[in-house]
Amino acid sequence: MSQMAALVLMPLFGAFIAFVLPRYARITGITVAFIQLGLALSLATTIYAGETLRLSAAGWDPPLGIGLYADGLTALFLCLTSVVGLGTSLHAIGYFKFDRNDSNHNTSAHGWWPLWLALWAALNALFLTEDAFNLYVTLELIGLAAVALVALEAHAVAAATRYLLVGLLGSMFYLLGVGLLYALHGTVDMKALSAGMQPEPAAWMAMALMTAGLLLKTALFPLHFWLPPAHANAPAPVSAILSALVVKAAFYALLRLWLGPFEPLAADLAGQLIGILGAAAIIWGSVQAFMAPRLKLVVAYSTVAQIGYLFLWFPLAGSSIAGSIAWYGVVWLALSHGLAKAGLFLAAGNILHASGHDRVTDLAGVGQHLPITLFAVGIACASIMGLPPSGGFVGKWLLLNAAFVSGQWWWAVVMLLGGIMAAAYSFRVLLHAFRNKESQLPQHRPHPVMEWSALALAVCAVLLGILSAQPLALLEVGASVGELALTEAPK
Amino acid sequence: MTVGFWLPLAILLSSLLPGILIFFLDESKHRLRTILNLGGASLKLVLIGLLIWGVFNEIEYETRLTLAPGMDLVLHADALSVLFVTLSTGLWFVTTLYAIGYLEDAPHRSRFFGFFSLCVSATIGIAMAGNMLTFLFFYELLTLSTYPLVVHRGTPEALRGGRIYLTYTIIGGAALLAGVAWLRAVAGPLDFTETGILASRTDLDRTTLTAIFALLIGGLGVKAALVPLHGWLPQAMIAPAPVSALLHAVAVVKAGAFGIVRVVYDVYGVEFTAELNLLLPLAVIASITIVYGSVRALFQDELKKRLAYSTVSQVSYIALGTAILGPIASIGGIVHLVHQGLMKITLFFCAGNYAETLGIHHISEMRGVGHRMPWTTLAFTLGALGMIGVPPMAGFISKWYLGRGALTAEMDWVLWVLVASSLLNAAYFLPIVYKAWFHRQEGEWPQERHFGRFETHWMLLLPPVITGILALLVGLFAAAPYSALEWARLIAFREYGQ
Amino acid sequence: MNQPIWYALIATALFCIGLAGLVINRHLLRRILAINVMSTGVFLMFVALAGRTGALPDPVPLAMVLTGLVVSVSATALALVLIVRIQHLHGCVEFPEDDA
Repeated sequence: MSQMAALVLMPLFGAFIAFVLPRYARITGITVAFIQLGLALSLATTIYAGETLRLSAAGWDPPLGIGLYADGLTALFLCLTSVVGLGTSLHAIGYFKFDRNDSNHNTSAHGWWPLWLALWAALNALFLTEDAFNLYVTLELIGLAAVALVALEAHAVAAATRYLLVGLLGSMFYLLGVGLLYALHGTVDMKALSAGMQPEPAAWMAMALMTAGLLLKTALFPLHFWLPPAHANAPAPVSAILSALVVKAAFYALLRLWLGPFEPLAADLAGQLIGILGAAAIIWGSVQAFMAPRLKLVVAYSTVAQIGYLFLWFPLAGSSIAGSIAWYGVVWLALSHGLAKAGLFLAAGNILHASGHDRVTDLAGVGQHLPITLFAVGIACASIMGLPPSGGFVGKWLLLNAAFVSGQWWWAVVMLLGGIMAAAYSFRVLLHAFRNKESQLPQHRPHPVMEWSALALAVCAVLLGILSAQPLALLEVGASVGELALTEAPK
Repeated sequence: MTVGFWLPLAILLSSLLPGILIFFLDESKHRLRTILNLGGASLKLVLIGLLIWGVFNEIEYETRLTLAPGMDLVLHADALSVLFVTLSTGLWFVTTLYAIGYLEDAPHRSRFFGFFSLCVSATIGIAMAGNMLTFLFFYELLTLSTYPLVVHRGTPEALRGGRIYLTYTIIGGAALLAGVAWLRAVAGPLDFTETGILASRTDLDRTTLTAIFALLIGGLGVKAALVPLHGWLPQAMIAPAPVSALLHAVAVVKAGAFGIVRVVYDVYGVEFTAELNLLLPLAVIASITIVYGSVRALFQDELKKRLAYSTVSQVSYIALGTAILGPIASIGGIVHLVHQGLMKITLFFCAGNYAETLGIHHISEMRGVGHRMPWTTLAFTLGALGMIGVPPMAGFISKWYLGRGALTAEMDWVLWVLVASSLLNAAYFLPIVYKAWFHRQEGEWPQERHFGRFETHWMLLLPPVITGILALLVGLFAAAPYSALEWARLIAFREYGQ
Repeated sequence: MNQPIWYALIATALFCIGLAGLVINRHLLRRILAINVMSTGVFLMFVALAGRTGALPDPVPLAMVLTGLVVSVSATALALVLIVRIQHLHGCVEFPEDDA
């Protein structure tokens, strides 16, 4: 119980200390990161035993107080956040120390720790939320912290501002929807809403508004335009967190809403439309990734494409068996993508740090000088391509099964096409990096912790595929879609 | 946890763990690397000996790892897996020896041998896969671990060859994934069962099953180099000789052919496949590949390219054997897995020797090479004769069974395909042999290196001689107990439920 | 018509005006102002909700508005800092590339 509160409060406290005492910022950050991982794992273990957890903050119950709720989905996302958070924090130790004469790095190191820890607190708060308004507050907090983090890099200020404006726009739509819901039902608690919702125009309006706002924040095609500049230009640890966690937070909100309050609305047509947008995202993002001149831009467009996969749940959610399988698949994809993408961005950061540039065509020699980093890139790409034995494969397999079981085989075609295109842009990068070059040592060798943290995250994405039995069981706790029903042959 | 659980897993780990360890080794530690490599290979051979004994006595071996409810990774050992596993391991052993000699003083050996071991582990996984999911799992791993081997040299040609290889195999992998996922969604989890399981599933729509079959064979056909999906194979020749040897004799093409055997026998069941009218198209595609590959081979001057097209042609014998109804043809196809492996690897080893020792890459440069490198050329001759199908070489046995099987199944036209193939093989192999032995050397060799007492480095010489002699012995002693032929007979009869 | 409905209509109008302003304008300061207008519209909607119960206003939406105001102020402050930096780096107060 207190784990939930600690998960939110501890990073906040750490942020405060890091802000007030910058000399101890690094130590604070790392300590908090390790403790967070422990807390998340312990929460997961508690929930694995079968119970979902609830806590009213300071003992004040809703509707005026704030409630925290944790089930299997919460636990998994909290664990994702702590693992990625720990890896990124370790990487940041190396990334943010460099000499001031280096003109490649216009990053201000001072802002990093307080902002990152605040963001962490907000992320955890979002995953633990149980009402729609608190979701808005946490989304805003996340947005503000993320924008500030992006703006740490001088080249990225314009992208950060655009991100801010877009985020605020999305939030306004969302908030208006929340208002409508409150007007209809007198509550914003998600459980209460799911019990009371009826298919009526006002409810659909609310659903449309809230979904639109969240789609903007999750960067679904064609509302993705803000993402590539922001993720590509931000400092590497920031990009990792943005692609891996922040975008997933908005998606998590969508999942909760569509499984809870919006479920009785039976919006099959909307689901199909979102699915089509998801398919377009996969194709468009992959094509852009293949043509992007810079490595971080490739990775950012890859995020756009991978997010498209996540939205394939919506059209499949209608039927009960297929919808259940698809849900598990999509969560798996979200988790593995988080791990793999974080590793990939960190590795890209290493390459940028070492060679002073990240043009794809000039990547020759990376394999010789930064073998660990290249290995991390390879493994992360394998998960993104959906190759065994990674978590990406398990997610893709489940989604494919769901598509075939529900008879909507066209989504399967899109997914397979997406896999091939992901291979195309991944191997384009790997091919260039594999080439040998007359060796000169790179300008700045990255600190070993930078390389190993990238590799560790990529390996975690693979482990999620191999060791998926227990996490899947964890996911079943409190899941409203029921158990993973892949066992029997469907009739 | 019984021996039945551990043995398949141990066999897989005996190459996987050394492989992972080798990645972390420093370039200079050759002795340690050699010990890990050969140690792992020897351990594997011992474990496989155990496995063979067990399977012969009908002991159950199964390792099951549950990834998710309804998603199991299964390693199991039936007669067919044992055949492929033994072949892979034995040939891996000799290829490792060869590679150590070939890559002496070459850069990035730790990376090479790391991926080499991964590649073999993936092949073992394919051999012992107990259901299509596990098969798919290791099949994709095979793609991933062979790519770095193909582009090992890092030159622009190598990267180009690698790119073509990847394009074909990734698309093939997607088709296979589509078929496997579709089948799973429609029919539930299916473990490989001798005589197949789909026949009893009357609830499944036949058109769907036919479409799935097409997807599966299409995906597998890329690796198995069925026309028109064979384009990557000649391009992948850019890889170093040990890689070509391994890829073409053991790992990649065999994996594809093995997959086809599994799908037809252990998933669909051969009689059911015939009922669906799918055997005939498969036989036709296989036959076209056999002839096309041989015709293309005739026009190649580069030795490795000629051998590549020969592989395209020869591996389809396996598919052909599968596509002809009746245990006799099946025996021919299955035993050719072993025979072709032995013969082809010999030929590739010899090609590598010629390139390394004398700088020869083209057949036109091979005049009189038999006098300079007699043992290598002897091995080459044995391999070539086997390919043509001259008794008592192993190749003859496979063709004999295929022919008899075709007659029994009343597919007489297959006989003509076999005859044509043998004639074409003779047409492109005999001139090489003749040139090597009976012509005089013309001018200097392109780039000669001397290796002391023997005609070439002993590690380059020993493997082809061993495999060449094995190819001869396997043919001569085909009727002996425990021979490959006897094993194939056992498999075929079990597949037909006898 | 009673008061809450009026407020709701005005709120909707403000929301739409703000949205239009955000999309049409290119000057960043105006865009921030447009977003503030939008948020004012949304908050007004909540206040209207609070008034619908008649005599005693519903405290929950009012609490939400207060929270929203805090968030809005922080967001505006951040936006202004960023705009000043853009002015400093690029010399103009619009997005460097030409897009909506």
